[in-house]
Amino acid sequence: MSIHFKMAWRNIWRNRRRSLLTMLAIAFACALLVFMLSFQFGSYEAMLNSAIKIHTGYFQIQAEGYQDKNDIRSVVPNPEKVARILDNIPQVSAYTFRASAFSLASSEERTYGVAVSGIDPNKEAAVSSIKRLIREGEYLSEGDSDEALVGALLAKNLRVGIGDAITLLGQGRDGSVAATVVTVKGIFSSGLDDFDRNAVHIPLKYFQEVFFMRGAVHTVVGLTPSLWDLPKVVDAAEARLAGLNTDRPLAVLDWKELMPGLAQAIMIDLISALIFYMLLILVVAFSILNTFLMAIFERTREFGVLMAMGTTKERLTRLLMTESMIMTVLGIAGGILLGGLVTLYFQKHGISMGDSSELFRQFGISGRIYPRFTPLSAAIGPSLVLVITFLVALYPAFKVRKLRPVEALSYV
Amino acid sequence: MAIVECTDVVKTYQQGKVDVRALRGVTLSIDTGGFVALAGPSGSGKTTLLNLIGGLDEPDSGHITVDGNPFDEMSQSRLAELRLNKIGFIFQAYNLIPVLSAVENVEYVMLLQGVGAGERRERARAILDEVGLSDMYNRRPAELSGGQQQRVAVARAIVSNPALVLADEPTANLDSKTGNGLLEMMAEMNRTKKVTFIFSTHDQRVMDYARRLIRIQDGRVAEDVDKAA
Ligand SMILES: Nc1ncnc2c1ncn2[C@@H]1O[C@H](COP(=O)(O)OP(=O)(O)O)[C@@H](O)[C@H]1O
Ligand SMILES: [Mg+2]
Repeated sequence: MSIHFKMAWRNIWRNRRRSLLTMLAIAFACALLVFMLSFQFGSYEAMLNSAIKIHTGYFQIQAEGYQDKNDIRSVVPNPEKVARILDNIPQVSAYTFRASAFSLASSEERTYGVAVSGIDPNKEAAVSSIKRLIREGEYLSEGDSDEALVGALLAKNLRVGIGDAITLLGQGRDGSVAATVVTVKGIFSSGLDDFDRNAVHIPLKYFQEVFFMRGAVHTVVGLTPSLWDLPKVVDAAEARLAGLNTDRPLAVLDWKELMPGLAQAIMIDLISALIFYMLLILVVAFSILNTFLMAIFERTREFGVLMAMGTTKERLTRLLMTESMIMTVLGIAGGILLGGLVTLYFQKHGISMGDSSELFRQFGISGRIYPRFTPLSAAIGPSLVLVITFLVALYPAFKVRKLRPVEALSYV
Repeated sequence: MAIVECTDVVKTYQQGKVDVRALRGVTLSIDTGGFVALAGPSGSGKTTLLNLIGGLDEPDSGHITVDGNPFDEMSQSRLAELRLNKIGFIFQAYNLIPVLSAVENVEYVMLLQGVGAGERRERARAILDEVGLSDMYNRRPAELSGGQQQRVAVARAIVSNPALVLADEPTANLDSKTGNGLLEMMAEMNRTKKVTFIFSTHDQRVMDYARRLIRIQDGRVAEDVDKAA
């Protein structure tokens, strides 16, 4: 160990309590940041996954305007052509077709407005988690026709069970009345209350007959291996879809456009958290500044002696920076360790949210949230702390340069 | 040959609204190898003069040259370099870096000079042996007596063979026996290593050790006696 480093190290322990408190403040701030960011990332991922996997997909191809008006006449007229395009984009991992219509659903006792979707049972299972969400009865199979999957809340409201009949009454693509009776084959529960209260799934082919779709669908729902692949897929699909001559141009929407509420909720949550983090770091920064300034104040005479011996101001600055960076790095390391351990514990066991969080429930998370410890969530907070403490430490370290040797020496 | 030359050195401090004229025109020349006492009552300007000679402060007017280096032309960092290589300081008290052991305190100067670790340690130990602290290498200043601390300070001041050692009342905080011991040791170093010593004091017994006695009064040289002559 060099004398320079020894001096810095020992100077830190001269005022053991003050240095420890400072390092603890740094560590605590870092631990908190690591945990909270991991928690946020974990909950965003959970929200995204549940919403995306349950229904929305990473992207959808729709006729322009369909997203806003849900007009049954805004169709993708030739799904096979879209399918061929998607087959040729390597980053598309799965896709499926859906057709949807607003209808009235009646049981013997009650009537509700519902969203009826026609799904391709096999393709749908690869894209959404609907198959896994069946709580009672069974999922649809290829040969099914007048059979339906209904959300648990809807089934409860309609007071229907497996094998019961539901009458669907709506309007077909051509404006005529579309009506049919379907049998409840399965009941699903996704945790997304809206979805569980409104959704009725029937086989796509059957939907197309009942609603006079003439082979058309409303949405092509797709997945990519990860969110990072999404922009490329959107660009590629958009470029190639332009070559299809449809009445209405087809649009590619990503999850942010499909679920603007979720994207916004995440953004707002991130920003408000960021403000809190900044305040936290600011408090820590001031405590560090205080420590460093006190240390300099107490050691003024010593700096005078050092200068009298021929120590340059650069060297004094370096000594002080070494001291503050040792403390910062130790604090940060401790903080990452502590924050990491706490995060990993909760990553395993989850954190019970009860029914408290409206936001989480709205996006399909209930019960427990699992923070996710990632390199990013571990690094962002501590890096911010490192940068801020470095900048804060510069002030006293450069302030010492203003000291004149004689003044410092006469300081007792 | 003169190692220190002062010409018409004036230094005035501002004490609130009052000007304190610490030095009112000091001219003197000190030869290499000297063992010189600056004597005078408290407040006469001894510390001010030593600080100026050491390049720790600048005079308001007048010129100072040390070992052929005129200070008026030198930047702060050049002065720091000169202090490092040519000048050793010994103050009245609190000379040592509290977090460094005796041997590390002595090594520190050589570290700044870029001397390698092995040689540094060897020379530091040798000089501590010379000042009679062979069994105190690893003690921190707080674990040394006042006299021992001053001996470490002397060792540190001379370890890198400076041209000049400036000692500001080095014995003021010591009892007379310890003080005499320290002065004898300094005189010994002056003889054997040919290092010029300038020390300030207001103590008659200390003045007796000097070969040249410069009396300062009210910021002026009042008397200059070369006992060797
Ligand atoms: N930093 C300072 N500010 C104001 N006055 C000072 C300062 N340093 C010294 N003085 C004054 O200058 C005069 C000479 O002081 P000094 O050189 O310390 O004398 P000595 O060392 O002989 O006791 C004294 O009157 C002292 O009060
Ligand atoms: Mg004095």
